[in-house]
Amino acid sequence: MLRTVLHLAALLALPPLLLGVVNRTKARFAGRAGPPLLQPYFDLARLLRKGAVYSRTTTWVFRAGPVVGLAAVVAAGLLLGMGGAPAAISFTGDFVLFAYLLGLGRFFTALAALDTGSAFEGMGAAREVTFASLAEPALFLCLIVLARATGTGTLAGMLGPGLVAAWGQTAPALLLAAMGVFVVALAENARIPVDDPNTHLELTMIHEVMVLDHGGPDLALIEYGAAVKLFLFAAIASRILLAPAGEGALAAEAAFFGGLFLFALGVGVVESSMARLRMIRVPQLLVGASVLSAFALVLLLR
Amino acid sequence: MTAVAQLLDLAFILVVVIDFFLLSSSRMGAAIRVVALQGGLLGVLPLMLAPPGEPLGHYLVLAVGALAIKGVLIPWLMFRAIREASMRREVEPIVGFVPSMVLGGIGVALAFAFSSRLPLPEPSAAHPFLVPTALSTVWTGLLLVVSRKKAVNQVLGFLVLENGVFVFGLLLSDFMPIMVEAGVLLDLFAAVFVMGIVMFHINREFSSLDTEKLSALKD
Amino acid sequence: MLALMLLVVLAPVVFGAIAFAYPSNRRRPVALLAGAAVHAAGVAALLAAPGEEVPGRWLALDAIGKVALGTTTVLFLAAAVYAQGYLARREDRDNRVFVGGLLVLLGAMTTVALSHHLGLSWVAIELTTLTTAPLIYFNHNARSLEAAWKYLLIGSLGIALALLGTFFLALSGAGPGGPRSLLVEELVAAGPLLSRPWVRAAFVFLLVGYGTKMGLAPLHSWKPDAYGEAPGLLGALLAGGVTNFAFISIARVFQVTRAAGEEAFARDALVGLGLLSIALAAVFVVGQRDFKRMLAYSSVEHMGILALGIGLGGGAAAGAFFHLVNNGLTKGVVFLSAANIHRSFGSKRIDEVRGAGRRLPVSGPLFLAGFLAITGSPPFSPFFSEFAILNGAFGAGRWVVGGLFLAFLAVIFVGMGATVLAVVQGDPEGAPQVPGTGDSWLTAGPPLALIVVVLLLGLFLPQGLRDLFTSAGALVGGGRW
Repeated sequence: MLRTVLHLAALLALPPLLLGVVNRTKARFAGRAGPPLLQPYFDLARLLRKGAVYSRTTTWVFRAGPVVGLAAVVAAGLLLGMGGAPAAISFTGDFVLFAYLLGLGRFFTALAALDTGSAFEGMGAAREVTFASLAEPALFLCLIVLARATGTGTLAGMLGPGLVAAWGQTAPALLLAAMGVFVVALAENARIPVDDPNTHLELTMIHEVMVLDHGGPDLALIEYGAAVKLFLFAAIASRILLAPAGEGALAAEAAFFGGLFLFALGVGVVESSMARLRMIRVPQLLVGASVLSAFALVLLLR
Repeated sequence: MTAVAQLLDLAFILVVVIDFFLLSSSRMGAAIRVVALQGGLLGVLPLMLAPPGEPLGHYLVLAVGALAIKGVLIPWLMFRAIREASMRREVEPIVGFVPSMVLGGIGVALAFAFSSRLPLPEPSAAHPFLVPTALSTVWTGLLLVVSRKKAVNQVLGFLVLENGVFVFGLLLSDFMPIMVEAGVLLDLFAAVFVMGIVMFHINREFSSLDTEKLSALKD
Repeated sequence: MLALMLLVVLAPVVFGAIAFAYPSNRRRPVALLAGAAVHAAGVAALLAAPGEEVPGRWLALDAIGKVALGTTTVLFLAAAVYAQGYLARREDRDNRVFVGGLLVLLGAMTTVALSHHLGLSWVAIELTTLTTAPLIYFNHNARSLEAAWKYLLIGSLGIALALLGTFFLALSGAGPGGPRSLLVEELVAAGPLLSRPWVRAAFVFLLVGYGTKMGLAPLHSWKPDAYGEAPGLLGALLAGGVTNFAFISIARVFQVTRAAGEEAFARDALVGLGLLSIALAAVFVVGQRDFKRMLAYSSVEHMGILALGIGLGGGAAAGAFFHLVNNGLTKGVVFLSAANIHRSFGSKRIDEVRGAGRRLPVSGPLFLAGFLAITGSPPFSPFFSEFAILNGAFGAGRWVVGGLFLAFLAVIFVGMGATVLAVVQGDPEGAPQVPGTGDSWLTAGPPLALIVVVLLLGLFLPQGLRDLFTSAGALVGGGRW
């Protein structure tokens, strides 16, 4: 119980720090000193103080987009069991709700983008949704692998103590699933090699272009929501990989928080060492992740 | 599970993951290195599979031979063959990258799902992943040879096919005479040697290693 | 006995090494003749010696091996004589690889004939692919390069599948109480103990793999290119030699398959592929404008006939082995005479070649005679071997198979006839001519000698040979001929 509350507090407070770690890693790789680790918090605070300008062509959808996006992601976080502890809300099949809550957030962001009536945002929405539809089978296959390995149907159970036992039996399948989750994380969070979060060129933007028209508090909600989504994927991926590290509560917590930062570090390293893929190659990457996860599932089904 | 058993699991899975990578990759240099890695891995497998307590001589010779030929000599030959070729990428093959991956995935899934039904004569001796890995790699090799247009990738497909057959041969290592295994390895080396020479001539004649240009002969 | 066998295997290889090292381009072809002569002497001694059967030997001479080895020796001897004349006219090209490669090829083919260990056979057949691929490129043009690449890649692919099949076969014998061996005798002796699903799978892969080397349809796509672009001498050795050895490897595997109880399945597969090959040859031979590619399709047809023969069993099996001899020798006639015509006119297309009968008084009529022989006209020997196979088909009550066989043969006769007559008949006036390429003893003599042998075998087949074919057929489940 105490651990769940702790984790919920972390869910609300830590995500911008993860973002800071990613940016700092990228800067260090490029030879720069980089922004302070707490910079994203200051950015969010600054954005919240600003006013917002709304175009006359937009409707309530445009104002609702960021709010629903953030709400969906935080609700998904309630379903997640972090560090092996039970989740706040848990029932059989909740991993499907988890995936579709993330999808709901994405849906409303895309709707808000289309609501502006600009071709620019529409293009970005089309791209984002295409890649998301390819990433979804990969995500589901990974979750099913986890379900099969641990024998439970709840997200908390999949990432819970059962995972430690599953590592002894089915390590290769879990490794492959972890790789699949990592690739899906890169796709869902619009990271290199799928999308470059720092670009603002028309030909290359996917996620950035959808949020181009939001300003002030809306932008703050969107950026915070993106950070929380990164936190969620970090929690899943690091838990899969670091599950055997700790049985006891203290060891598991240490592994959890350590894993979060390692994940952020890993994302930073990948972003710094790879170039962004050409857009026709992104489906190949995502299908490859799906095929790997399917292979992991076949290994478990024998 | 013992450490060796877990390592073996990982080794076989890595062979299959390499197959997937080859089906999806368009970069020739990376593909050659990865096939070399697969060959080297297969060179180490006989040592890991040797039943404990048996004299290691036979397996050691096989391992060293496979490692030297598949891991070092053949990649060296391939790199020499493509040194002059300016194109280092396969532009869309006959079967596209995504369909190749899906086909490969289906083949691998079928191999792993149904190979437990095959009546192996000594089910206890063989590692459960050995036959499916062999069949998956053979399937991948076939897909690569048939669907790639660049000559180098066709040769890589042939190498992957031979790797798959080699994995299968591991089932028989206790009574397959060493002369035959040595003969197979040497034949493989000679085959790649001759292919390298022909590729060199193709590059000189057509200024490219694209076998689409080899289409003058037809009925 | 063993010493003789090792001699016939290693002597050509030694001569090949000498050829590689010998510096003079003009005199190097003599090594070919010397190697062929030593090999022929050794084979004659082997065939004459009664020979004790030592079980467990990797190298042994059985009836199948005798048939194949005898044919190849005669063919290679003719080819070696021809090569003296041919290479003398091609002094512009460095013949080091050509001569050395041909000699190594002879050693490899002999190994396949003598080998009773399926692993050793595999290594030797792979070696035949590797030594002949560079030779296809002897003319050093873009077309022959393309042909060499396709031959090499498709052949290696087939051979890799055949290796998998060989492993399957070894695995079938790895069960409890099984022979755990790849020697044909031991596998046949252990017949019912072999695991039948594995034997069946092994037969499929070996048929596909060695069938690719044979050039059975649908695995024949390399043949028209390779035989069309290779020098005629090499074409004769490939069509009359290498394909035969792929066939006898399939025959040896068929022995094991029969012993394991999978006979019906194997026979159906062989008959099916055989008929498919003959049918496909019939389709592509009609209207073929390149007479060397036509010969390639004829080779596909004859490989189909061989498969059909042992697939049918009974008297047809012995007929198939008789046909192996006939095919080998007759292919020598047609390919060598076609090569002479090609060289004299500088072209192999019927648009440009006509009147070969007049310009080349020996090679032209030889090409015609060879065509008659190869399409099964009496009194040449292929007529009798094809008749034996047809007899076997009708005798076993397989009317459809026999009828189809007959129909396809007729179509091929007409199709090839049109092309061959267009080449041989007519007035050579105005057709392109390459100077200094008339008939000579060395280039026209060997095919003439071969056609005489084919005629003699047709007119008068010695009882000893007849018995040899029957005993070879008996090994694969044939009956009296």
